[in-house]
Amino acid sequence: MSGPHDNESPDRREFLKCMAWAGAGTLLMMKGGVLHARALGAEAGAEAKDATFSFAQVSDSHIGFHLAPNPDPAATFRAALAQVDALPVRPDFLLHTGDLTHLSRPDQFAAVQGLMQESRAGKGKVFCVPGEHDVIGDNGAEFFRRFGERQHGGGWYSFDHRGVHFVGLVNVLSLKAGGLGYLGAEQLTWLKKDLAPLSAETPVLVFAHMPMWSLYPQWGWGTDDSAEAMTYLRRFGSVSVLNGHIHQIQQKVEGNITFHTARSTAYPQPAPGAGPAPGPLKSVTPDRLRSYLGVRSVRHVQGKDALAVTEEAMA
Amino acid sequence: MSRLTCTTCLLLALGGWAATAAAATSNHAAAAKPDQIEIHNFMFMPKTLTVPVGAKVTWINRDEEPHTVVSANGQFAPSKALDTDDRYATTFSKPGTYTYYCTVHPFMTGTVIVK
Repeated sequence: MSGPHDNESPDRREFLKCMAWAGAGTLLMMKGGVLHARALGAEAGAEAKDATFSFAQVSDSHIGFHLAPNPDPAATFRAALAQVDALPVRPDFLLHTGDLTHLSRPDQFAAVQGLMQESRAGKGKVFCVPGEHDVIGDNGAEFFRRFGERQHGGGWYSFDHRGVHFVGLVNVLSLKAGGLGYLGAEQLTWLKKDLAPLSAETPVLVFAHMPMWSLYPQWGWGTDDSAEAMTYLRRFGSVSVLNGHIHQIQQKVEGNITFHTARSTAYPQPAPGAGPAPGPLKSVTPDRLRSYLGVRSVRHVQGKDALAVTEEAMA
Repeated sequence: MSRLTCTTCLLLALGGWAATAAAATSNHAAAAKPDQIEIHNFMFMPKTLTVPVGAKVTWINRDEEPHTVVSANGQFAPSKALDTDDRYATTFSKPGTYTYYCTVHPFMTGTVIVK
């Protein structure tokens, strides 16, 4: 597991290790595409005060999964939403970056909706993109019926929120045999047109389920045509890309584009290449499980070319 | 089975094991049931299966992750999502080469050759 970590300082690596044990959060300040880490606490709290708005990200809730290391992902998803509700500053909205369900079954989507309704954040504005587990057998019909934004037939969309341009992409449909995640020509054409009128100073935040860079193609952790999307994004001063799919935090900086993958609220997966295949990390014991799960909150600081990303483990 | 035969089997098995553990596993699965494909560690095993015309091929998902069995060019009916230990079977009535993949994890591909 060398590549994805190359951009991380040894300090941050150490910090992540500590965080896994202590369950503390990290405040990540992105300034001009460079990541600065702060421990959550008084200092981070002070930095939070000048935020104009924030939002929270949850991912990979896999409702319907029932095996080791987490036979009850509903309970951990509920805990994640409670953690969002407990944030000191109420986030403007919630982002779910896919794999809401494990098997795309209507009862599993209904369970996700029910769990959302139990939480203040879930009852508020929620933006979702589908994961490959949400589109099995019906090309996402059930997902889009319940959680879609309906801006375009393909399910992708964009919106502006307090000066930041948000783009939700779908990279889990029309997957080709032997390939990775896929955006497709139609979506790329839309993206190019969607970004065209924006000034280069506009902060852009892109979210999709599968990683938008070749994180570990051997395990399908990448998107075949993401490089094309990046050519449209490169001219912007601050671009953040949020993904799920791999159930762990990995980061990469490419010029002004910073990529972040998120933890799952259900179960961790092995580090890239650690073991014969991806999939649930069965060796995690029940008392350690929640230290691998978590939520993320993102704050926008007015007048700064940066979004602040905070990671919080669930235990 | 005589004791001598048993010993011979064991020696052959041990000899082959170190060099081709993965192949031995899939061969074993194939030998146990000639028309069966196991899905394990995000792989179809065996990756290429040759069967006679009219054979009914069964896939079994041994992973914790769901997988699907879908023909790359619509040559046979797709499976539903296969949860752990779920099976899917289809009968091949015409000779040909059938390439298939898992639509959830499209890097997983396999081939059934019908002769």
